[in-house]
Amino acid sequence: MKYWISAAVILALALGVALSRINEYFFFAGFVVLTFVVLATAWNILGGYAGYVNFGTAAFFGLGAYSATVLFKWQGAPLAVQIAGGALVCALLGFGVGLLTLRLRGIFFAIATVAVIFICETLMVNWRYVGGATGLQLLRPEVLAPFETYTRMLFVVMALLAVAAVSTARYIQTSWIGRGLRAIRDSEEAAEGSGVPTLKLKLFACTVSGALMGAAGAPWPMYLSFIEPASSFNLTYSVSALAMPMIGGTGHWIGPVIGALLLGSVQQIVTVTISNEINVLVVGVLLVLFVVLAPDGVVGLFRKWTRYFK
Amino acid sequence: MFFSFDLLLEAILFGVLLGCFYAAVSIGLSVSFGLLDVPHVAHPAIMVFGAYCTYLLNTYNFDPIVAGIVLMVPFFLLGMLVYRFYYEAFERRGSEAAVRGLAFFFGLAFIIEVGLILAFGVDQRLVSAPYIGSSLELGEYRIPYRMLVAFGVALVLTFSLTLYLSKTFTGRAIKAVAQDEPALRLMGANPVRIKQWAFGIATAVSALAGAMLIIVGPVDPSLDRVYIGRTFAVVVLAGLGSMTGTLAAGLILGISESIVLMLFGASWAPAVAFGLLLIVLGIRPQGLFGR
Repeated sequence: MKYWISAAVILALALGVALSRINEYFFFAGFVVLTFVVLATAWNILGGYAGYVNFGTAAFFGLGAYSATVLFKWQGAPLAVQIAGGALVCALLGFGVGLLTLRLRGIFFAIATVAVIFICETLMVNWRYVGGATGLQLLRPEVLAPFETYTRMLFVVMALLAVAAVSTARYIQTSWIGRGLRAIRDSEEAAEGSGVPTLKLKLFACTVSGALMGAAGAPWPMYLSFIEPASSFNLTYSVSALAMPMIGGTGHWIGPVIGALLLGSVQQIVTVTISNEINVLVVGVLLVLFVVLAPDGVVGLFRKWTRYFK
Repeated sequence: MFFSFDLLLEAILFGVLLGCFYAAVSIGLSVSFGLLDVPHVAHPAIMVFGAYCTYLLNTYNFDPIVAGIVLMVPFFLLGMLVYRFYYEAFERRGSEAAVRGLAFFFGLAFIIEVGLILAFGVDQRLVSAPYIGSSLELGEYRIPYRMLVAFGVALVLTFSLTLYLSKTFTGRAIKAVAQDEPALRLMGANPVRIKQWAFGIATAVSALAGAMLIIVGPVDPSLDRVYIGRTFAVVVLAGLGSMTGTLAAGLILGISESIVLMLFGASWAPAVAFGLLLIVLGIRPQGLFGR
């Protein structure tokens, strides 16, 4: 109950801020941070709970963005339909990736998901309809009633998606599904032996995780009014989506949220004040530091401290 | 679509040269990932780093191949250092180490990439040597000398590593550590030191491979991303840890990539390695020459 009240408060806050007179840049940056909240949370459903390292976040993100572009160019579909389309296409891709887990584990699964990125990218580069390698300019439609600008509306939409993603992750974590996934992470053979439907659970986790990543990518073309394969399928999305839960803590649903808010905000500040390259460096350095020194992330550190002071 | 037997022959010829080059860039990974089970995703990044070091030495008029051989010494030490760190931070802690180690190497790859961007910028870099830019005329075919150089180095690397692993004492110890670590421990050998040594060799080989990389074509800091797919495709296709298998797998990748290049154009070529990788992983994860 406490969770739902705070979720509602956060949503109302986002809407209130969007209708106020704050500088436009806040929404421009906030949208990116919220996108990473969705991506990190989605990654954690498979990577954190089940222990399958998905390195293909960029594939899902990019494919979500391209599905939205196709729907928009073909039918002029509204934003909600674009997001649903992106989620659906990526749910299918997630199911396909889930089938890979039948034979592949650990690093082999991770490498296979990297392959998915490059294959999707090559397909889009060679598809003339969506602009090929040069990309496509998109004309934003009129903004809907209460919002002043399109970016403000996208900010609220992404906040809604973030709350939906976190709620899904929280539900999965606390239900029998989460217990099953954790059993898979600890020992897949033992889980299978004690009657956990491992294949069904893995397919479910892959599908849900993929759909959420696709939904996160879908508003992106409208955000930039432009789409292009090299940046849509950039490996940086994969590294960030993996780094954020690792920094926040992978065991609990709040971990990826903390990681994404922390790292996402730092990234935005660094990009503006220093440069875009340093921003990637920050992700790399923080990832290495946390993986080596604090394997359970911020959540783990917090637990250690509270235990220490008791 | 234009197709002729002559073109196919030329594609296969070029594919063989390209394939040997792919084997040369993958053979370090074949040791570190194939034999030692280290999820070394930063291997291509270290190679690109080697390419940039070669470029630096080349500005002082060093021949790129000589530069690559000289660089093997510092890279050997670097490799030992990286493995030591990886062992202390992850391998010793056991079970969940694999996932974290993977994240660590991805982070390392990104740090190297950005470090290179900060030091050299995003522009492409080239080296100069007498054999770059000219080609051997063989009847109606023209074979660039730079590909022949890569071809030669690949063969030398593969055979010397195969010999090293099967004939020398440390080489056999490396193979033993890959097969049965507890047994090696019982024989009184220290597996960590052997692995450290082997990882050093793998990294030293990547330095020479980096020199090949910049001889064959211009290099930019983000080149490692494409080579993640190519090198892992070759190593997995070969079957983990087989050196001659690596050469064969490199040839398969090189020939299929060059045929796709001829039939469909350059924009489809990057997908070949990854497609091949997915097919191998899905159908025969132990590879063609798997142990």
